[in-house]
Amino acid sequence: MLKIGHHSFHSRLLLGTGKFDDLDVQSQAVEASGTEVLTFAVRRLNLEERGKRHFLDTLDLKRYTLLPNTAGASNAEEAVRTAELARASGLCDMIKVEVIGDGITLLPDPIETYKACEILLEKGFIVLPYISDDVILAKRLQLLGVHAVMPGASPIGAGRGIINPYNLEIIIEQAVVPVIVDAGLRSPKDAAYAMELGADGVLLNTAVSGSGNPVTMAKAMRMGVEAGRLAYEAGMIPIKRYAAASSPAEGMVHT
Amino acid sequence: MNIIVNGQSMKVDDELNHVDQLLQSFNLQVKTVVVELNRQILMREHHASTVLRDGDRIEIVHFVGGG
Repeated sequence: MLKIGHHSFHSRLLLGTGKFDDLDVQSQAVEASGTEVLTFAVRRLNLEERGKRHFLDTLDLKRYTLLPNTAGASNAEEAVRTAELARASGLCDMIKVEVIGDGITLLPDPIETYKACEILLEKGFIVLPYISDDVILAKRLQLLGVHAVMPGASPIGAGRGIINPYNLEIIIEQAVVPVIVDAGLRSPKDAAYAMELGADGVLLNTAVSGSGNPVTMAKAMRMGVEAGRLAYEAGMIPIKRYAAASSPAEGMVHT
Repeated sequence: MNIIVNGQSMKVDDELNHVDQLLQSFNLQVKTVVVELNRQILMREHHASTVLRDGDRIEIVHFVGGG
């Protein structure tokens, strides 16, 4: 079970809802992923598109927990405003704190993220900050009391997979709250790798919505996450420098 | 009266002076919206009792796809 604040989830795959072209494909992908947590962004309603169907309205909210993000915020104040708007919907109490510090890499601003987390914790939110793979920041945020940390594997939407497994491993090793590897993943191999490193979950979006077939990819990612988690729980063999025969050395017919 | 909705200036009937009436007049398809009036969040239960005044700034936000 993945426990974040007072929430518990069987699935360790958190799915983003951005960049799906088709509502029906999206619904099927969500189903195929087995996810129980869906992320959303908060935006002004476009009054010209007020007649459009909305994905959120198609969801059975008893089955899914919403994880709104503060994407679009470039400082703590904007992130807090977005979080409060999201909570005022009455649909959620978790918030993914995302404060972007640079438009090219979309890497998070650690100082503004920290400040936003501090305020949001005081306001009683369940706080999940999106951070870069910074070991010390992860530690400091946990001392502050965040409910999970979400280090990126590589920049958002870049599909570069896990570029610093060493840092992720240390973050995981030192963590006292769940670690969700968020952003930059591309393939089920990446998802499995994150889970093998001991991550408590992964958050994907573009890897599924931007793939050739989001429904099939959602299933592949589900399997990747499950395989990686099982391998972690089972315990993998140590890596050796040289070979170690798997067949017995005794009783060979040639001797 | 003139109000600003989502950054756009808008002329609305003077009788349309409650937040819930304004929302109904937009005939929104989306079920869940959150309203901010002059930078203060307005909880749903206060939509019917909140009176709009000339020059008010209203933000209507909702959840969209995002990661």
